[in-house]
Amino acid sequence: MTGVQLAALILVAVTATVVVLTPDALRQALVLGIFGLALTLLFFTFQAPDVALSEIVVSTVGLPLIILLALRKIGEQERSREQQEDE
Amino acid sequence: MSRRTRLAMFAIAGPGLAVVMLIGMHGMPAFGHYHGVYGLLIDKIEVPERHATDLVTALNFDIRAFDTLGEEFILFASVAGVALLLRKLRHEREGKRSRGIEDHSFAGASAGLQLASLYLVPLLIALGCYIVVHGALTPGGGFQGGIVLAAGPLAILLAGRYFAMKRLAPEWMLEASEAIGAAGYALIGVAGLIIAGVYLKNFLPLGTPAMLLSAGMMPINSVAVGLEVTGAFLVVWTEFLDQELFVERGTGGDNA
Repeated sequence: MTGVQLAALILVAVTATVVVLTPDALRQALVLGIFGLALTLLFFTFQAPDVALSEIVVSTVGLPLIILLALRKIGEQERSREQQEDE
Repeated sequence: MSRRTRLAMFAIAGPGLAVVMLIGMHGMPAFGHYHGVYGLLIDKIEVPERHATDLVTALNFDIRAFDTLGEEFILFASVAGVALLLRKLRHEREGKRSRGIEDHSFAGASAGLQLASLYLVPLLIALGCYIVVHGALTPGGGFQGGIVLAAGPLAILLAGRYFAMKRLAPEWMLEASEAIGAAGYALIGVAGLIIAGVYLKNFLPLGTPAMLLSAGMMPINSVAVGLEVTGAFLVVWTEFLDQELFVERGTGGDNA
C-alpha cells in the first residue's frame, strides 16, 4: 500500500465520520458531497478510474441535489400540515 | 430513543462489530494479492478476443452484457417511479399557484458564478460525449459519460437560469433519450439473437484494437446506455425542480 492510498483511506474514514456526526440534515447533504470527493480520490488511487468517474458526479452533484430538493419538499409538506392543524 | 441509550447501545454494538470484522479480515489475502481466476482470465482474453482495451467496459457491455441489461432497467424503472410519484402531486396543486414562474432565477448567484457555470456547460457536454464513445478504449463508458453529460445542462441551473436549462434539455427530449437508450440496448441484444444466435452476443466486426470503431457492439451499447443515463438523471432532477419551483410557491424559490 502506498502513502497516497493510505492517505485516501484515512480521508474517507474522517469524512465519513463527519457525515455521521453532522446533526443538521441540510448540512449533512453538503458534507456528503465532500465525502463523495474523498471516495473518488480513494477509487482513483486504488486504480479504479471507471468507478471514480461515476462517483465524482453522482456524489458531488447528483445525490446532494436530490437530497436537498427532497428535504425542501418534506419541509414544505410539514409546514402546510401545521398550518392546516392551526386552522 | 434518548442520546444516552443510543450511546450505550453503540458501546456494546461497536466493539462487537469490530471483533467480527477483525475475525473476518484475519484470513484475507495480503494487500494487493489477488487470487481470483476470473479476473486474470478476463485480463488475458479481453484484448485478443474482444479487441477492447478497457477491461471494465468489455465486462459490462460484452462478456456480462446481460447483467447490464438488468441494471439498465432497474434505473429505468426507478426513474419512472419517481416521475410517476412527483407528477401526480403536481397536477393536484399546480393550477392555483403557478403565476410568475417565468421570472425565476437564482437570487444568490453572483456574476462570476454564472459565467463560470456557463463555461462549464460545453466542456461538460464535450467530456461526456468523449467518455461515452471511448468506453471500449479508456476508462469510462455509457454510465460514466452519461452522468457527466447530464451534469452539463445542470450547470445552467447553477447560472440561475432554470428555464434556459429546460430549453436546452426539454422534458420530451429527456424522456425520449431515456426510452431510446433503454430500448436500444435491449434491441441490440435482439440483433445479436437474430444474427449471432445468442441474445446480446457480439455480431459486429471487432476491428483493430484501440481504434475508435472497434470492439464490435461495445461502442453502440455504450452510446445506448449513455443516452439512457443522461435522460434518467435529468428526468429525476427536472421532476424535483419542477416540484420546487412550480408547485405551491409561484414566485420561484430564492433557495432551490
